[in-house]
Amino acid sequence: MTSLPKDPPPKRLGLVIDLDTCVGCQACVVNCKEWNTGGYPAPLSDVNPYGKDTVGAWLNRVHGFEAGQGAASQTVHFPKSCLHCQDAACVTVCPTGASYKREEDGIVLVDEERCMGCGLCAWACPYGAREMDPLGDVMKKCTLCIDRIYNENLPQVERQPACVATCPARARHFGDLADPESDVAKLVAERGGMDLMPELGYRPTNKYLPPRPRRRDPADGTPPPALEPAQPEGGFLGWLDNVLSR
Amino acid sequence: MHPASSIIFFTTSAGAGYGLLFLIGLAAPVGLIPDGRWLGFVTLGLALGLAVAGLVSSTFHLGHPERAWRAMSQWRSSWLSREGVAALVTFAPAGLFAIGWVFLEATGGVWGLFGLLAAAGAVVTVGCTAMIYASLKTIRQWHNPFVLPLYLAFALMSGALWLNVLLHFFGAQGLWSDLLALVSPILAWGLKMAYWRDVDGATGASTPETATGLGAIGQVRLLEPPHTDQNYLMREMGFTIARKHAEKLRRIALFLGLGCCVVLAAVALFTSGVISGIAVFLAAVAGSLSILLERWLFFAEATHTVMLYYGARSA
Repeated sequence: MTSLPKDPPPKRLGLVIDLDTCVGCQACVVNCKEWNTGGYPAPLSDVNPYGKDTVGAWLNRVHGFEAGQGAASQTVHFPKSCLHCQDAACVTVCPTGASYKREEDGIVLVDEERCMGCGLCAWACPYGAREMDPLGDVMKKCTLCIDRIYNENLPQVERQPACVATCPARARHFGDLADPESDVAKLVAERGGMDLMPELGYRPTNKYLPPRPRRRDPADGTPPPALEPAQPEGGFLGWLDNVLSR
Repeated sequence: MHPASSIIFFTTSAGAGYGLLFLIGLAAPVGLIPDGRWLGFVTLGLALGLAVAGLVSSTFHLGHPERAWRAMSQWRSSWLSREGVAALVTFAPAGLFAIGWVFLEATGGVWGLFGLLAAAGAVVTVGCTAMIYASLKTIRQWHNPFVLPLYLAFALMSGALWLNVLLHFFGAQGLWSDLLALVSPILAWGLKMAYWRDVDGATGASTPETATGLGAIGQVRLLEPPHTDQNYLMREMGFTIARKHAEKLRRIALFLGLGCCVVLAAVALFTSGVISGIAVFLAAVAGSLSILLERWLFFAEATHTVMLYYGARSA
């Protein structure tokens, strides 16, 4: 059923991504692929992975952007996966009923047994969250690791999306954004979490925390004091310095 | 957007088929077309043949064509589903209309009613095709009020041109069919020129700054792409056509679709016999080629917001 849920889901599970702390290490990209190629949307295939003209389906990608000019510019690593929009056009355009939004937690999923691979949902998504599987010919997308977050065979601490679990910079957070008391909702309130392309009105669930303003040089413009050159005095290091300076 | 040949053929062929069905469904019941068996067989055969060819072609671009029947199910929310339903439902009155015309040589009365219903179904089908594109907010060249009338006008134009060819072949043409073949290209290409003026003069609301939310820091540039080879998104949505080529192709399409069609339609109006027959046939060929070009450009010139994440400045 590709109509959106009539009532807003009681829970709104999603991610909060901290653009201030993401270091662009790609660990989330790799762990996402690793988990999901064996999980719900398995397999996430690649064609010619070690040769020329590689193509493959990935559910999470990290872009690198530069914002601003000159000394004031900032490099920002920018992870991007499905934002599980509240007004998900990818769901309503689906002609077969394969694409749907869960009534209980708002997660957007694809029923791969129903997908006919027309690609219209990927056209409808402004964020590029959906990729066609090159071998399965069905649409793949982030499942928010539905087979981890509700998986009672995993210890409680591991019941979070693979990308969140693996992030070494703790730049990714998972939780219920409909609950104002949740950690993620507090983080969004505190740091000014934002929507991507709000002008299109898809109301994404995932929020991005903007980079914090950079520490500036002292206001009077004096450069910070330079370090003294190292000058070993006497002893073994002094002797070594003499030998190497010759 | 990647101009997939299966979709271009689908929208143009089905557009011509349903355009033709619309015209004969209206014209035959009111007596503008004689109810001869063979004329009915050939005109309805061409209309339904073009529609079926287009629908079959549309399945070539599916990953799983064997699941295409499922596409009838989500008409509540999906324009693609509505189009599938409308396309198939239209075959019912069209089939009954064909039975009346071809077997009973009757196009009036209740048989004519089936013709009118088929004509209505044809309009709804082409309208749904247009809405598949017009409903996508991600592509500003498609999410445009001109797109729906454009699809209808081009379906009418190709239907009118081919109907006139068949009527001339059977010696059943009238002033109305010759005039329709003259006016419909002017209507369609006039709308298209207005559409071009509209989309060329505007820019999308989305930018790399809104796409990343980093606009507060300053202008946003792509520093490193997330992958070194092309992916599905770039192949499907990253198609770009050089502006100078697009302009040349637009001029060629206008020359064929407006220039040639109008001149040839005028020739057909003032001549008779073989010469007018050749003129209307050449007009139909030129008009169809122009619509193929128009549809190719409709895809090739469309820009998708996802490319803002891959270095595009606007979408």
